[in-house]
Amino acid sequence: MDKIFKALADSSRRKLLDHLRKQNGQKLGDLCADLDMTRQAVSKHLKLLEEANLIAIIWKGREKIHFLNPVPIQMISERWIKNYETRQLGAISDLKRTLEGEE
Amino acid sequence: MKEDTFVYVTFIKTTAEKLWEALTNSEFIEKYWFGSTFETDWKVGSKIIETRDTGEPGFHGEILESEPPRRLVYSFVVPGREASKVTYEIASHGQMVTLKVIHAGYDKDSAEYKSTSNGWSAIMSGIKTLLETGKPLDKDSIYDLFGRLN
Repeated sequence: MDKIFKALADSSRRKLLDHLRKQNGQKLGDLCADLDMTRQAVSKHLKLLEEANLIAIIWKGREKIHFLNPVPIQMISERWIKNYETRQLGAISDLKRTLEGEE
Repeated sequence: MKEDTFVYVTFIKTTAEKLWEALTNSEFIEKYWFGSTFETDWKVGSKIIETRDTGEPGFHGEILESEPPRRLVYSFVVPGREASKVTYEIASHGQMVTLKVIHAGYDKDSAEYKSTSNGWSAIMSGIKTLLETGKPLDKDSIYDLFGRLN
């Protein structure tokens, strides 16, 4: 669990996860093209995310394809969010999204 | 239509054999698959049919590969949707086992995609809890979470 929070504690790494959420299954090159980071930096961040199991890898020939793995985040949610709270929390986050103008 | 692949990975403190049993034993499946039961003999070429706890039909498909305790592949057809494919890969790492589920050929722009994706996360988490603690996740909490995430 420490690894997950450590990995999520960095805005560049969260940005990488956001990119994968928008378009799942990307190569290192694709991710570098979209982000204002060096290839080495992206590669380092991806390694940390992979160690935290927040991204999953599938090899296509000699290339790594990166996928967002939502399972650890699901487990965080199951651990701290109680049964009866989920509906209210859903309503609150819907309200926040509506007020802040996100989709 | 846009085809997409989704990958889910979890580490479980168990053996490959026990995990295979959890994936292919109908009594186990019922405990983490939202109360559904599966009808199949898990042999290549056989049909697989899901029945929901409400008695309604779920997905159906055909077993495409079956290599206990390492790899299981079946087609995944929900009436009215494009057929897709589910692959389970099991690998041992010392006292841990990784379970990787690959759901390929899914129409990402479909309205149902999101619920399926959230469903997989809940199923994977349920398998892990069941194998590590011997107890299933509370069914209501799975349903609630599933509903909320949709």
